[in-house]
Amino acid sequence: MTKVVEDHIVSAIENPAKGHYFITFQSPVKIPEILPGNFAEIQISNTEGVFLRRPFSILDVDYNKNTISFYVKVVGKGTGSLARLQSGDIVNLIYPLGNSYPLPEKEEKALIVTGGSGIAPFILLGKQLKAINITATFLIGGKSKTDILLTGEFSKYGEVLVTTEDGTLGEKGFVTQHSLFRGSLGFDVIYTCGPGPMMKAVAEIAKNKGIHCLASLENMMACGFGICLCCVAPTQEGNKRVCYEGPVFDINFLKWEN
Amino acid sequence: MLRRTGVRYKFFEMGKLNVRIHELEFKNPVTVASGTFGFGLEMSEFFNLSLLGGIFVKGLTVKNREGNDYPRMAETASGMLNSVGLQNKGIDYFRDFIYPKIKDFDTHIIANINGSTIEEYVEVAEKLNDLDRVTAVELNISCPNVREGGLHFGISCPSAIAVTKAVRRACNKTLIVKLSPNVTDIAEIAMAVEGAGADSLSLINTLLGMAVNAETRKPVLSTVTGGLSGPAIKPVALRMVWKVYKAVKIPLFGIGGIMNATDAIEFILAGSSAVQVGTANFIDPLISLKIIKGIEEYLDRHGIESVTELIGGLEA
Repeated sequence: MTKVVEDHIVSAIENPAKGHYFITFQSPVKIPEILPGNFAEIQISNTEGVFLRRPFSILDVDYNKNTISFYVKVVGKGTGSLARLQSGDIVNLIYPLGNSYPLPEKEEKALIVTGGSGIAPFILLGKQLKAINITATFLIGGKSKTDILLTGEFSKYGEVLVTTEDGTLGEKGFVTQHSLFRGSLGFDVIYTCGPGPMMKAVAEIAKNKGIHCLASLENMMACGFGICLCCVAPTQEGNKRVCYEGPVFDINFLKWEN
Repeated sequence: MLRRTGVRYKFFEMGKLNVRIHELEFKNPVTVASGTFGFGLEMSEFFNLSLLGGIFVKGLTVKNREGNDYPRMAETASGMLNSVGLQNKGIDYFRDFIYPKIKDFDTHIIANINGSTIEEYVEVAEKLNDLDRVTAVELNISCPNVREGGLHFGISCPSAIAVTKAVRRACNKTLIVKLSPNVTDIAEIAMAVEGAGADSLSLINTLLGMAVNAETRKPVLSTVTGGLSGPAIKPVALRMVWKVYKAVKIPLFGIGGIMNATDAIEFILAGSSAVQVGTANFIDPLISLKIIKGIEEYLDRHGIESVTELIGGLEA
């Protein structure tokens, strides 16, 4: 697959809640096929203390308008710098990187469990699942209702369930405490992306119930395209690059410490 | 002061970017550093690798190594620390599964070799002898991220001499020795290694460093310390290249925070015959091509016929 390494123009930047941004870029070249889970490395310019690019899951792509968008949650200097972008600014992007969430081969019931910045890959996954007649269930967690984003968008592709730690939206507690998990979980596959402890808890449930589960990891990367070997995760077959063999792994292939 | 330029090489038909390292002709002086380019396969998704002067492939060892635990990387001011620890599948895997895929790249493929004992270095070097398209061996006596061997060989003259002599005897290719900056006098080691049979030197490997997380009161790297690279180390590297250039006669590969063509020219002026681009590959996978183009533009702008005229041309 050929990769895009190009300067892109910021065509829109939205700020739906404090510290949360959606940034859309106009590509100067035809955008290649983007699969759910693929990510991009975004260059951060003129930011003291930031030397490397930052990896972001691709939120959405419009092949007609030739635009690509990202969800940015401000957590540090790099994301802070991206939050200050304005329409017309130029940013260098590299994509598509990494593997993607595999789609079910037959009609299956799919559950998506996500939280924090982990929501990014699931617009594309929801679209792809819908295209093969699978209506997914989206379970989204956050600290408070202002952290719960894109529910309107997700609802186009399936049922949306919410948990918040403070109970301001949906059920109170963590995603893994949702009442959904109390009964017999009638899902064939669970897709997850989010904070490490959340994914590990989801993986534990999936393992106990014998459900196929795929997690997208967020390890620190230097390059993002397989050459530095910094972002490795331990697996049944040794250390694998999250940026290249991943970021999506079958939870049974990972060797997660508890 | 211009040494080792033009005259000796007029015998060969050389383009303005061509340089020679020992018996090898390089189409341009821009190569990529070991550990910053994999084995080239991933990078071939970005550009035609035949445009490069050469590729120093990821460090090889006798047996499979999983490397150090994550986290292995810390971003620093104008650079980064790594403690990858030579993760690779071993020389046999390289020979059987990787070499067949990279042997047709029309550029120098240079194998970076590592060991915890002299015998291990020799074993890797011997196994490379039959691989015709590996045109040179880079003997790494400067990896800071492995517990045994590596840097241990590179910080004293007797051990550097011993491993260089042993590999020199075992190896039928151009032998480049990669030096560590983590020494009191790099020129002394350089002279010792030259005397032991090295055809060329590459310098510098990463500088030992560490990063601390004040909030958690823990080190950022699983290994506590790691190797610092990137523009942060460029001034240190330039000084060491200049110092070694004045001390030895063999050609040098300059390495250390090269981010653009100007940086590369600076290393050439300080005495490098060629350069290795390292950490910059992580930020811009196309940077080497931009550097090649930039060097060509520099030569045109200054009316210089051959890049070799610049080697060691620092007016100091």
